[in-house]
Amino acid sequence: MTIEDQSPVAGAAPPPETAPAQVLSFRDGALYDGPVVALAEFGATSNTAAVRIDPGDDARALLPHLGRLRLVEVSFPKYRDGRGYSSAQILRAAGYTGELRAAGDVLLDQMVFMRRAGFDSFAPAAPLDRAAVDTALARFPFVYQHAADAQVPVWALRDG
Amino acid sequence: MRLLTGNILETGDVVWWAGTDWSLHLADAVDVGADGDALLAATVAAERINDPALVDAMPTDAGPRPRTMRERVRGAGPTVRPDLNREPSHV
Amino acid sequence: MYKYDQYDQAIVDARVAEFRDQVARRLAGEITEDQFKTLRLMNGLYLQLHAYMLRVAVPYGTLSGTQLRMLGSIARRYDRGYAHFTTRQNIQYNWIKLAEAPDLLAELATVEMHAIQTSGNCIRNISSDQFAGAAADELADPRPYAELLRQWSSFHPEFSFLPRKFKIAVIASDTDRAAIQLHDIGLQLVKQDGELGFKVWVGGGMGRTPMIGHVVREFIPARQYLSYCEAILRVYNRYGRRDNIYKARIKILVHELGAAEFTAQVEAEWAHLEPLALDAPQAEYDRIVAQFAEPDYDLAADDGLNRSDPDFALWVDQNVHAHKQPGYAIATISLKPVGGIPGDASAEQMELIADLAERYAHDEIRVTHSQNLVLAHVRKADLYALWTALADAGLATPNLDLVTDIIACPGLDYCALANARSIPVAQKIAERFADLDRQHDIGEIKIKISGCINACGHHHAGHIGILGVDKKGEEAYQLSLGGSGAEDASLAKILGPGFSEAGVVDAVEKVIEAYRTVRSGPGERFLDTYRRLGDAPFKAAVYGAPA
Repeated sequence: MTIEDQSPVAGAAPPPETAPAQVLSFRDGALYDGPVVALAEFGATSNTAAVRIDPGDDARALLPHLGRLRLVEVSFPKYRDGRGYSSAQILRAAGYTGELRAAGDVLLDQMVFMRRAGFDSFAPAAPLDRAAVDTALARFPFVYQHAADAQVPVWALRDG
Repeated sequence: MRLLTGNILETGDVVWWAGTDWSLHLADAVDVGADGDALLAATVAAERINDPALVDAMPTDAGPRPRTMRERVRGAGPTVRPDLNREPSHV
Repeated sequence: MYKYDQYDQAIVDARVAEFRDQVARRLAGEITEDQFKTLRLMNGLYLQLHAYMLRVAVPYGTLSGTQLRMLGSIARRYDRGYAHFTTRQNIQYNWIKLAEAPDLLAELATVEMHAIQTSGNCIRNISSDQFAGAAADELADPRPYAELLRQWSSFHPEFSFLPRKFKIAVIASDTDRAAIQLHDIGLQLVKQDGELGFKVWVGGGMGRTPMIGHVVREFIPARQYLSYCEAILRVYNRYGRRDNIYKARIKILVHELGAAEFTAQVEAEWAHLEPLALDAPQAEYDRIVAQFAEPDYDLAADDGLNRSDPDFALWVDQNVHAHKQPGYAIATISLKPVGGIPGDASAEQMELIADLAERYAHDEIRVTHSQNLVLAHVRKADLYALWTALADAGLATPNLDLVTDIIACPGLDYCALANARSIPVAQKIAERFADLDRQHDIGEIKIKISGCINACGHHHAGHIGILGVDKKGEEAYQLSLGGSGAEDASLAKILGPGFSEAGVVDAVEKVIEAYRTVRSGPGERFLDTYRRLGDAPFKAAVYGAPA
């Protein structure tokens, strides 16, 4: 697992209008950087490989299209709105293996939940400190339940 | 009169704006008057006092007496535990 | 009872470290209060009127002596010498400092306790029957299933940012001692064709819009109940309302979709989830069930009881229930001394009860939904010594389920959400009815008082329910009659215009005197008289007969 921090080089102060937003990736290889369309437009077009799901959208609308999708961006307009976690789990359970990105009000303390729910890249509106992210993600050695990630629930460790 | 009150972030203690600093004692609270809204905004922005609010009170010989029971309880302590109350109690 | 293994302990320890880091970041100004508030709520830390309040989880209401002793010690060292037992079987401290909370949680972790998810928009403490493992009428001990739910729900990545809080209760008998029909999910362990499973209710709750839950499944096999709950939670997470906090509980979703459509959506979601192997393996069920094995009963225990001490006999008759094991009994410790604060216990009382539990009750204490404590496995031969020790400490009030056994939330004396004080109302009612002969004459009556519409005092489920409201800056009270949180669940109905504090105490007395006048006999409970006659005789008694 590599973490590519695509935020600006430390110490540089890019002009605000052109500063690239931070994207934290947990995927190998380059991230998809083509256009991302909203779900409403996605159905109408046949050649986009990236779509944005908003909290009120039904992630299952994407299931017929998983084969051509390279990026699904799930928006979190407000961190308290947890609908995006269900969208992520639904997509991963359906077999989606492309980039699954959490975008918006993505805070350090949600990273553990988001990684478990299946997100493998993050576009937080307020940049995150990479070292703090690493610490947060390493904090819990065990998990109690199955989720979209590969972690084995404790009961499997207990019973061999 | 209008008082500015809140709870200290670190301890949760109830405090009242006493003119130049915060006080644990309701009797020290001052009328923030027309400055109240600006003071409240500054307190919110500083993020060191939780749930800051402007509350109405009447002046008395024993200091300000808040208009609502809620603020009188905040000023004195739980009415059912007088042993834990702060003086003066306006409850 | 359940004992942590190294995995449980590691998870709780990690949570302590995480919260310590979060507090440090907040105190250093690295995160805002808006960002931090959600995090501290997920560790049970509220900012109340006077200080931070910490709600410590007591999973399904079960404690060991060691744990209760630590809770008393924490009351002494981090608080002001006392704590409060709640209507969801938890315990609350009222005077906590944020800066000290990480150390407090670290100490709790040393005795396998935590404050995880006791607040916030996540799955809360799983509650259960305070007589579990001792009652003759249960199918099996429900607590292993509550423990498995506790683990499954802890840090669930999909369900940590729900529209609102989520409460689950589990029982194993037809008699409902946990108010499951007034929970977001209520589970009753049942058997079908020899297989264990659950009857599932969804959408009960109190608060602003009280509702009784709907049965969405008559039977889900026990081996699949986790994935079934997962389906319910996912439907809620996706479709529960997020536009209005007063319409955000699952009960509103069930109500707005209709029970049939809601059930259909859950079943459809479950069809997606069931194949994903979300359920625990049989070995895990067996492992947890084994930890709730029966205590090592004294099989020679005498089943007789010396009742010659009349005060002891009064306490036995009111506070002691039959146990499924001959020679044993279930003892309820009343935290409702007349004029006292309902549900509060001092550090000294907690430490005494811990000692008594270790000595007389196989080292187990239960917290009840009525803010009392239970010692579930007491030899009848030890009851007298137990009672003597309790009486010395003011813990032997013989008033279980009587008019002075009142549930009251902390109310405006403590709670930032409250509109009115509830504890003084409870105290005044109890003092009015202090005479024990009068209490016996009245018989079973459950008075429940909430200081605001959030209904933490469960007033909707009170035989007599009292709600504190704000009437133009003054405390005022509404009186409701006829609620029940038992298997005959019903919601109390407002009787008429509200009262002052003194007025509502008088009104309660008028209601009870009216009951005595119109009941079919002393054996008819208040609730049954109300259900038989409706509110007419009570309205007349309180407000005067209509012209």
